[in-house]
Amino acid sequence: MSQKISLHYDIDGKDFSIAGEASSSVKKVLKQLGVSPEIIRKVAISMYEAEINTVIHAGGGAADVEITPDRIHVMFSDRGPGIADVALAMKEGFSTAPEYAREMGFGAGMGLANIKNNVDEVKIRSALGEGTTVEITVLI
Amino acid sequence: MKISDLISQLDLQLLTKADYEDRPVRGCYIGDLLSWVMSRAKADDVWITVQTNLNIVAVATLTDVSCILVPDGISVEQVTVDKANANGVVVLGSPSDSYALAVAIGGKLQ
Ligand SMILES: Nc1ncnc2c1ncn2[C@@H]1O[C@H](COP(=O)(O)OP(=O)(O)OP(=O)(O)O)[C@@H](O)[C@H]1O
Ligand SMILES: [Mg+2]
Repeated sequence: MSQKISLHYDIDGKDFSIAGEASSSVKKVLKQLGVSPEIIRKVAISMYEAEINTVIHAGGGAADVEITPDRIHVMFSDRGPGIADVALAMKEGFSTAPEYAREMGFGAGMGLANIKNNVDEVKIRSALGEGTTVEITVLI
Repeated sequence: MKISDLISQLDLQLLTKADYEDRPVRGCYIGDLLSWVMSRAKADDVWITVQTNLNIVAVATLTDVSCILVPDGISVEQVTVDKANANGVVVLGSPSDSYALAVAIGGKLQ
């Protein structure tokens, strides 16, 4: 792997049946590139959490992935309601997930904590009424 | 122990296709909160959950658990079974409850 691989995914805000497409697609690419299973697991789990958040909390968005020999960088962006208090949202157990999402097993308030525990760097930028970006970096 | 041993020894129903990859079973995790499961379940665990929606297939794939086991005779939606089949995820069912199943699995893993 000498050059940069860039991938773009649109994240549908309504269709739960395809939520997780971006993370499973990236998982396949990383496998083909011979990236180690531990790194793949970290990337796939954190991408899935961010993808599901984009669906549930923001009504959809996009993921832009960049794979270089030393790192995997993913930027999730949405034009949803934004996060009032990012530090609070990062706390384990904090959740504003709606009832329908809780019935499906989401809403433990563990997603952002899971991301933080699996990546080397996470940057969340959010403005109320404008949207949110979640940027994650995993070093290879 | 393998999935096929688990099925025969605990008398489980195989809800997904018959020609599955007979993976090893090395542990067990019980949980219904998906993010929680994603942070705790280990590769090759049997994952016992009452959740039956589509997203359990993604969680099983991400955590690389051996199989999903749905207790209490709960029926699993066809869309979930189809997605599991498409992704090579084994889904099992049982009329027993999670505790009884975990105890039985624990006994077999000794
Ligand atoms: N993209 C987003 N847009 C708006 N709010 C968000 C977004 N991502 C997260 N949040 C807010 O941060 C909270 C915490 O997110 P987190 O992923 O940790 O938990 P959750 O999604 O509520 O539950 P879980 O991930 O355990 O299923 C959410 O409940 C929501 O209020
Ligand atoms: Mg979440």
